[in-house]
Amino acid sequence: MQQQTGNATQAIDAVALSAWVREFARLIAENRDHLNELDSANGDADHGSNLDRGMAAVLDTLDGEERALPAALLKDVGVTLVDEVGGSSGALYGTIFLRLSGAVGGAETVDDALLAQAFRAAADGVAYRGSVKTGDKTMYDALAPAVDALDNALRAGRSRRCAWEDAARAAEAGRDGTIQMQARKGKSSYVGEKSAGSQDPGATSLALLIRAAASKLD
Amino acid sequence: MRKFINDPATFVTDYLRGLAAAHPGIIRYDEENRIVVRSDAPVKGKVAVMSGGGSGCEPLHTGFVGPGMLDAACPGQIYTSPVPNQIMAATRAIDGGAGVLQVIKNFSGEVMNFGMAEEILALEDMHVESALVNDDVATKDSAGRRGLGGTLLVEKLAGAAAERSYDVAAVKQIAERVNARVRSFGVGLSSCTPPDRGRPIYDMPADEMDLGIGISGEPGRERVPLRSARDVAGLLVDEVTRDLGPARGARLLVLVNGMGSTPGSELYLLHGEIANALRSRGFNPCRAMVGSYVTALDQFGAALTLLEVDDELIELWDAPVHTAALRWGM
Repeated sequence: MQQQTGNATQAIDAVALSAWVREFARLIAENRDHLNELDSANGDADHGSNLDRGMAAVLDTLDGEERALPAALLKDVGVTLVDEVGGSSGALYGTIFLRLSGAVGGAETVDDALLAQAFRAAADGVAYRGSVKTGDKTMYDALAPAVDALDNALRAGRSRRCAWEDAARAAEAGRDGTIQMQARKGKSSYVGEKSAGSQDPGATSLALLIRAAASKLD
Repeated sequence: MRKFINDPATFVTDYLRGLAAAHPGIIRYDEENRIVVRSDAPVKGKVAVMSGGGSGCEPLHTGFVGPGMLDAACPGQIYTSPVPNQIMAATRAIDGGAGVLQVIKNFSGEVMNFGMAEEILALEDMHVESALVNDDVATKDSAGRRGLGGTLLVEKLAGAAAERSYDVAAVKQIAERVNARVRSFGVGLSSCTPPDRGRPIYDMPADEMDLGIGISGEPGRERVPLRSARDVAGLLVDEVTRDLGPARGARLLVLVNGMGSTPGSELYLLHGEIANALRSRGFNPCRAMVGSYVTALDQFGAALTLLEVDDELIELWDAPVHTAALRWGM
């Protein structure tokens, strides 16, 4: 099974996407307390709990029914997150998956170029719904560079595995970059200058989303 | 943790069951849709007014559902905004054919979730009006001013206008007028303990005070030594009036709001000092409300909300209201 076959990577189907979402749920559960702690610096200390509750509901949804189409799977994940997580995180993570769903359309499998395009649409969706831009100290500071890195790597002809590894590293660098930023959006902006010096919890969980993709969408 | 809970996961549901059981004549709790609705909703021909927000700020908003105020409230998880499904269900449940006004506090999560709900409702040809509340004076250069104590005043006055058969544009105009002339500033003396966390969000020495707190347990903008009640009252009045800029002799509705743990005696003490400070600065505090109405779980602290009122707003304020937390005139 694990035989190396050069660049002949398989197209991404609903099963592969489901593996990615499950890996994200595992990482969120593992990092739940860490995310809460990051959120306690300037927020209300519930980012990890809220996402963990939402991802548990997502796992229930995935267990309940097989989905043949990537778009159906992504939409159900998005709707579940919006409904279960609440707050900004629910709206923004929900928007990510709903925009991914919209962008992949009715395809049974998604190739690398289409998935990169879909992630671009997701990032645009976050910017629209959250009225955020780069440097506001939000999840967008991890998402935008990840999408750029994915795009660039695929355009340069790098393998899917390498492209997602680039994206994950870019997301993590973006996450680390939020430490010195002063928040301009969300609850952490209410404490003003005091928000500088702590890592943004949304950028942290977003980096886990991309890391999960790097380990499962190879 | 000094709390009466069964399980953090069912905390919000459990409290809402209790609320509904205490006020069966006024409200019902729709557990499936996770909303609190006036028991006689939809009221035919009346503009419906609704709001929602993270739980933990009680009696906001669920305690303000009833004749003369809100038609529905959508309670989210603790300090987490409600979700579009709740907002859409509430909108449908209260629409009496004269339009629906959503009162939205200016928190990112609420703005986004109400926005998503509005987008989906528009696809169903359901048009809703919304009014934003952003009376906080402590957050000028951030995501925008938060909606704090002013929310209660917007809900009461818009609710009274709707009860008096104002049309939806006029009810919205009242909400916007109130928001334009209301400002709030809060000080915290402690953190608070969310049920699923089990311990305070942050540590705070007993002799210090956070300036510019919100209503969801986030720390203030600046931490300073705690001062006497007279000095704190002066500080609150200065912060709020500097931003509101009321004319000399202006009539002011004064809300001295507790954050959840501060006792009523201290709030009244603070109110006495605030009323003196207002009069000595040439203002006319003509209506007062003192108590814990817009809270942050078990936080110690208080906030001052001032609304510059005119004859119409005073009349709407004095109009009858019958909710779990506010009742007069009926």
